[in-house]
Amino acid sequence: MADYETHDYDVIVIGAGGAGLRAAIEAEARGLRTALVCKSLLGKAHTVMAEGGCAAAMGNVYADDNWKVHFRDTMRGGKMLNNWRMAQLHAQEAPDRVYELERWGALFDRTKDGRILQRDFGGHRFARLAHVGDRTGLEIIRTLQQKAVSAGIDVFMECKILKLLPDSEGRISGAVGYMRPTGEMVVFTAKSFVLATGSIGKSWTYTSNSWESVGDGHAMAIWAGADVIDMECVQFHPTGMVWPLSVRGILVTEGVRGDGGVLRNSEGKRFMFDYIAEMFRAETAKTEEEADRWYDDHANNGRTPDLLPRDEVARAINSEVKAGRGSPHGGVFLDIASRRTPEYIRRRLPSMYHQFMELAGVDITATPMEVGPTCHYMMGGVRVDAETEAATVAGLFAAGEVAGGMHGANRLGGNSLSDLLVFGRRAGIGACDYAEGRTGSPTVDAAEVQSVIDDAFAPFDREGGDNPYDVQHELQQTMQSLVGIIRTGPELEEALGKLEEIKGRVAKLSVKGGRAYNPGWNLATDLPSMVTTSIAVAQGALNRKESRGGHTREDFPGPDPELGKVNFVQRQTTEHGFLAPISIAPEPLAEMPAELRALLEEAH
Amino acid sequence: MAVDATPGEVTEGAVPTGAVTAGAVPQGDATPDQVTMRLWRGDPAGGAFTDYVVPAVEGEVVLDVIHRIQAGPAPDLACRWNCKAGKCGSCSAEINGLPRLMCMTRMDTLPEGAPVTVAPMKTFPIIRDLVTDVSFNYEVAKTVPAFMPGPEPEGGYRMAQIDVERGQEFRKCIECFMCQDVCHVIRDHEDNKPKYAGPRFFIRFAELEMHPLDVNDRRDLASKGAGIGLCNITKCCTEVCPEHIKITDNAIIPMKERVVDARYDPVAWLGRKILRRTKKTAEEASVG
Repeated sequence: MADYETHDYDVIVIGAGGAGLRAAIEAEARGLRTALVCKSLLGKAHTVMAEGGCAAAMGNVYADDNWKVHFRDTMRGGKMLNNWRMAQLHAQEAPDRVYELERWGALFDRTKDGRILQRDFGGHRFARLAHVGDRTGLEIIRTLQQKAVSAGIDVFMECKILKLLPDSEGRISGAVGYMRPTGEMVVFTAKSFVLATGSIGKSWTYTSNSWESVGDGHAMAIWAGADVIDMECVQFHPTGMVWPLSVRGILVTEGVRGDGGVLRNSEGKRFMFDYIAEMFRAETAKTEEEADRWYDDHANNGRTPDLLPRDEVARAINSEVKAGRGSPHGGVFLDIASRRTPEYIRRRLPSMYHQFMELAGVDITATPMEVGPTCHYMMGGVRVDAETEAATVAGLFAAGEVAGGMHGANRLGGNSLSDLLVFGRRAGIGACDYAEGRTGSPTVDAAEVQSVIDDAFAPFDREGGDNPYDVQHELQQTMQSLVGIIRTGPELEEALGKLEEIKGRVAKLSVKGGRAYNPGWNLATDLPSMVTTSIAVAQGALNRKESRGGHTREDFPGPDPELGKVNFVQRQTTEHGFLAPISIAPEPLAEMPAELRALLEEAH
Repeated sequence: MAVDATPGEVTEGAVPTGAVTAGAVPQGDATPDQVTMRLWRGDPAGGAFTDYVVPAVEGEVVLDVIHRIQAGPAPDLACRWNCKAGKCGSCSAEINGLPRLMCMTRMDTLPEGAPVTVAPMKTFPIIRDLVTDVSFNYEVAKTVPAFMPGPEPEGGYRMAQIDVERGQEFRKCIECFMCQDVCHVIRDHEDNKPKYAGPRFFIRFAELEMHPLDVNDRRDLASKGAGIGLCNITKCCTEVCPEHIKITDNAIIPMKERVVDARYDPVAWLGRKILRRTKKTAEEASVG
């Protein structure tokens, strides 16, 4: 007896941030029956949190900028672990995607001659980020949301998807979930599915990510037998708020540094000059004077080291705090107050001004901010084909943060919003092409559906199991203390042991209350995703015995050229699902064509 | 009425209704290092305020305390939230009777020693506890004619910063729907909902109307379908806007003036017919 409703479409997009919206818009425009399924209300996805801007080599501020320079910056920022073809497509197509948003109603800040203004950001050679003050993500999600609504796309809001199901030939054909307001189960069938579920960052204590970022897409792809890559590559953003404790981790945009802010330690020293890696020495300023001249003249001066890629800055802050030169609450100082006028700061960084004023009682036009690293972004994810975003399982596509490869070992700021647009669109096209070529109606096994439903409801009837909040807290503590910004082999082993133990407890949770809008139960259904993705991160980190980008091993402090040639690929081979093991093995990166390799070797 | 209290009626002098459940301590028992949270709990059938006494923690916002209550005595306490940084507009509620974002309301800004009352937004139907059904807003959004730019010149569109800033003010909107919640046209008159879009959508109309590239004309729709005439400019919406958008002064009043212009000023009407042929009427614009 089916106790769930069913919906059939051609294309189902799971997740309604920038990538999901862009994919759905593309599919709807092709005339396919398309639906968006999202865990929150429409327009609340994590894309709204993006502040600084959207990287695209439009050349509006520096005419010398072009896709080749953007490609080079992206690959170097990713420590060459990137899927080169994705980085190339991204750099080539990002400008078109930004102009497209303007045709859909977005209002970006302007240059004096009326074109889209571009801002400086870490690791980008030229001012390249199209932006709207410090609320660019809101502008982009709202533009896409309004476009999607006017196109008439069906949206299932506050719907959590639990599992993807294949048909008898192994093609992904269904998704089982529940409506959060009612707790009623729902089954979607479709010819193709696009995962656009964002990040996994809620598994750390200090994070810029919301409750939604539990790795649903990463985990469901693994359980469906798809490959994931680079799971060890987690970005800790260098500047999160550190005080008050309750707001610790909330993001402070890199735009503060792009617009003139600098990092200082407790001695007032601009310490980033002490942390310039060899790879970036040629293009980075040698002195404070040169760095300050650079803001107005990029051609004749090196970039300020405050704008080195995020992994470099996060590690530097970590070292300063460890050396006892931190701020009173365990961060460092981010100072724009002494360098720009209050009027300029309020105009360029209005959200930051309000965020600090209202949450910390700090006036950033008068006082430096206290900042420190916060878990921010997942570079690793579902292994996809660069052109179509097809996963390694038929009928499944992935775009945005849930997909791996584009950003390698470290993402540059501003490359996330452009990633969503470029690969959201491509995933939409890929999913449509697949759906149109697929024969027969998608079907799923009713017994499998029932088993997903039974598992989801089981915590209501179970006595004596753990409270999901307690288990989540322990998981976050484990990841924060043992799989954080600096890692060691023994700690990663210890983490994997603890995660296995937590996995056992997650399989036996108990919850109170009813099914309708019950956050305790909702968390119980999020925990399997959190555990699976955490295990994958720890396994990846244990296996990558080197330091590269967002992955830093204290016991292997330098990069290993041989490991720079491989992705660590994880998958479930024989058994599938939450309780099944995940295997891991290195596989070689794709060979880069000589003409692209030449771009990387240019001095500038 | 079977219920003890209705959310949204928590104004000054609200009396606790005694529905103290397990884990809660009656009012008055909070020590100086504790705080009493008086939360509305219930569903469409009814509900009541319940007191939870929890330790006070420096620097916390209301949402932090709600999360501690969820992790402790009330794991099924329903509350909508996402970013916890004032950027997504999910955690709107009525705190001590005023619409506020829970994530941006610091506990130390609320009266010390008194219980903190948190109720769901009154204008929208209850789903559970602090969560309301805001689908009214998503339905209205579907009726807004889409942005439609004029022809693109060679080399792309150009706009001056000063011209985009008018629209950018309205595009700061995080869709917390507190302006909708506080607007008495729909807060106190359910029957107005079918003919009144509300402040959130008046700024959307104004944003599109003032967009340098848009060629649709939505003034007819704003006055007829969206009912902007029902607004009597009490500025309640402006007062609660967490983004400090001057909803009344910068959007509603200019829109009302434009609507009046369009309807009653024959010279302006003729002038527009001759000079501004590019703007389409609402009926034309809403096709498709």
